[in-house]
Amino acid sequence: MAAILGKRYVHDVQAPSISAKGVTVQYDGTRALDEVSFELERGERVAVVGPNGAGKSTLFKVIAGVLQPTHGQVTLFGVEPQKHICVGYVPQRSQVDMSFPVNVRDVVMMGRIGQLGVLRWPTRRDRQLVQESLELVAMADLASRQIGELSGGQQQRVFIARALAQGAEIMLMDEPLTGLDVKSQEDILHILDELHRRKVTVLVATHDLNQAAHCFDRVMLLNRRLIGLDYPDKVFTSVLLWQAYGEQLRLVETKGGMMVFSDTACSGDLE
Amino acid sequence: MAEFTNLLLGPLAHPFMVRGLLAALIVGIVCAILGTYVVLRGMAFLGDALSHTILPGVAIGYLLSGGAHGPLFWWGLATGVLTSIGIGAITLQGQVKEDTAIGVIFAGMFALGIALISTMRSYSVDLAHFLFGNVLAVAPSDLILTAAFGGLVLLLILVFYKEFLVISFDPILAATLRIPAKFFHYLLLVMLAVTIVISLQTVGVGLMVAMLVTPAATSFLLTHRLPAMMAVSTAIGGFSAVAGLYLSYYANIASGAAIVLVCTGLFILAFVFAPNKGALWRTLRQK
Repeated sequence: MAAILGKRYVHDVQAPSISAKGVTVQYDGTRALDEVSFELERGERVAVVGPNGAGKSTLFKVIAGVLQPTHGQVTLFGVEPQKHICVGYVPQRSQVDMSFPVNVRDVVMMGRIGQLGVLRWPTRRDRQLVQESLELVAMADLASRQIGELSGGQQQRVFIARALAQGAEIMLMDEPLTGLDVKSQEDILHILDELHRRKVTVLVATHDLNQAAHCFDRVMLLNRRLIGLDYPDKVFTSVLLWQAYGEQLRLVETKGGMMVFSDTACSGDLE
Repeated sequence: MAEFTNLLLGPLAHPFMVRGLLAALIVGIVCAILGTYVVLRGMAFLGDALSHTILPGVAIGYLLSGGAHGPLFWWGLATGVLTSIGIGAITLQGQVKEDTAIGVIFAGMFALGIALISTMRSYSVDLAHFLFGNVLAVAPSDLILTAAFGGLVLLLILVFYKEFLVISFDPILAATLRIPAKFFHYLLLVMLAVTIVISLQTVGVGLMVAMLVTPAATSFLLTHRLPAMMAVSTAIGGFSAVAGLYLSYYANIASGAAIVLVCTGLFILAFVFAPNKGALWRTLRQK
């Protein structure tokens, strides 16, 4: 019943924003995550990279408190994830039914439900927060559009606005940039800068190593195990990339630096 | 004009027609509103199955009471709630594929119901009433139960509007907001069972799914937001119930079938002519 009534916990500001200790997730015999441990500070922007099936989505679900790890534990601001409603999960667009009869404002208002609790209707303050969130991602003009009528980049911005309206202090974005044109990608990267100023901790799963290297504070290299978590130039070394991707990447060392070719033609899971 | 009024008022001279119209109207509206979630959550097959699994419960009640109609409602309700929770447990378990599990339970329970009813002498008549409904046999006490439980379902939809919306649109968001999705999933199933039981006399087991799905599916083609979808679905469900019953009176056809045929006709119109989502405009736009 406590869950229904929406009990909330005070954050320990001294504790790391996200702390993972020996997180292991086992699905029917196969390990999706193996002894993953790390700490992230408030306001960090971290790109999570690794091959398909590396456990990026699984890690996000554990952090969000949607999935219980087999071993180990995650704490957010010192408390287990299930006690927080401050984790914004920005889903992959393909996982959302865009024909659902909701407009942009309805979607963003959903972020307020956790704070509202049952038997309460949105107040003027909730509507104002929704409006502010929409303005921040420059979607206020299209607030009355059905979400299926928007472009991919606009849909992604709406889901970020929803996490903002939720009051998210940790945002998990599952490949928000995949399949977007350059302009839309830049719009979203600008929003990430704003989130950084607001001290929101952001984890972004991405396939684009170039973007990971240039637009994020740190890079997490994952292939079921945590292979590296550091500044981009420390992580993107031939040794670590080889550990993460193996045959899927071709690395060529040149005088000008390292060249990386991803072998997308056969990007099947190496399981 | 006077002729038209006579056409509308004529059937109302019979008290059984008035009761039938009221029952059909309530059922049409409740099914239409709950049906929006059935359509949006892809629960059509589940709704169909659930209505069939209620049959053995009703049959046992019928046998024990020696053919009286009074206790059937409660027997149906108990069976419906139990099977909806059973089906809910199986679907959340994930050991067997959902539609397979539903198929097994649904056919098994339905067979049990038919077997039980077949032990009675008036087998074919009774079975026909359960399968296809008999809205003109609605007693005043039935009408009160229908209104009370129908009202309860509508109240729950209103009270938990935002919770049902979020678990239907984005289960992961619901989980991160710590909304107890399982509780609401079961609640929705129980509400579905209650709705099916109150609709049993109007359309029967066999046509139940049409009342749940067709008005909501028609409305889906015409609207862009959930409140509007519910409102239009209500109008379609209510209109179909009343128009269907008049059709059955004048054309002398089975009432449940007439109601469902009106729904289906409206769906076909919307499927072809709906602005934006209609087949006609889609083809015109492609050229």
